[in-house]
Amino acid sequence: MSEFNQELDARGLNCPLPILRAKKTLNAMGAGEVLKIIATDPGSVKDFEAFATQTGNELMASSEDNGEFHFLLKKA
Amino acid sequence: MSEKNLTIIATKGTLDWAYPPFILSSTAAALGYNVTMFFTFYGLQLLKKDLSLSVSPLGNPGMPMPMGMDKWFPVLGTAIPGMQAMMTGMMKNTIKSKGVASVAELRNLCLEADVKMIGCQMTIDLFDIKHEDLIDEIDLGGAATYFEHAGESDINLFI
Repeated sequence: MSEFNQELDARGLNCPLPILRAKKTLNAMGAGEVLKIIATDPGSVKDFEAFATQTGNELMASSEDNGEFHFLLKKA
Repeated sequence: MSEKNLTIIATKGTLDWAYPPFILSSTAAALGYNVTMFFTFYGLQLLKKDLSLSVSPLGNPGMPMPMGMDKWFPVLGTAIPGMQAMMTGMMKNTIKSKGVASVAELRNLCLEADVKMIGCQMTIDLFDIKHEDLIDEIDLGGAATYFEHAGESDINLFI
């Protein structure tokens, strides 16, 4: 995965916590910075797509690795 | 991105039904919605400083129970004293073990995200609910106050 400015470990957290934590972390970041999120909630795949569409933050990457889901969000 | 508005009327005061209003409100706030929650009747329980919410298996055939009890356990058995406390304890353990937030945590996340919470004045009078038992961050109002927000809102939910 490409470079990121900050990482959020959302493993073991269930809906809607990964989204809420990501939002909170993004709030403290600058425009154009990239947040990497690691989650284990399978629902987070669709939810981060929906989050990106609705908030304008770009979902640069979404992938699965051994039951863990990795996302890269670029702050708008 | 244009701002959207959501209102939710929360009418239920059990542990299980505390989740939908707080999950939807906190998520909507994270998506950029302005959120207003109106708590009426048993929903006022969700505004107590001390959140001692329970879940009852009584009259709830959809509730999963351990050891397949929901399949064979007699319906009247769910009325046995202590069943509610037992099921509430088990539900809380399950919630914790699955990484689901507690109701108090979700409520705090809503407050942090500036979700507006309105307690129904009529319910407070009706049930003699003490103001000091409720969290400080709320406003009180009635049906007209609700419609002031609902009339301007994109989504209105009754839970």
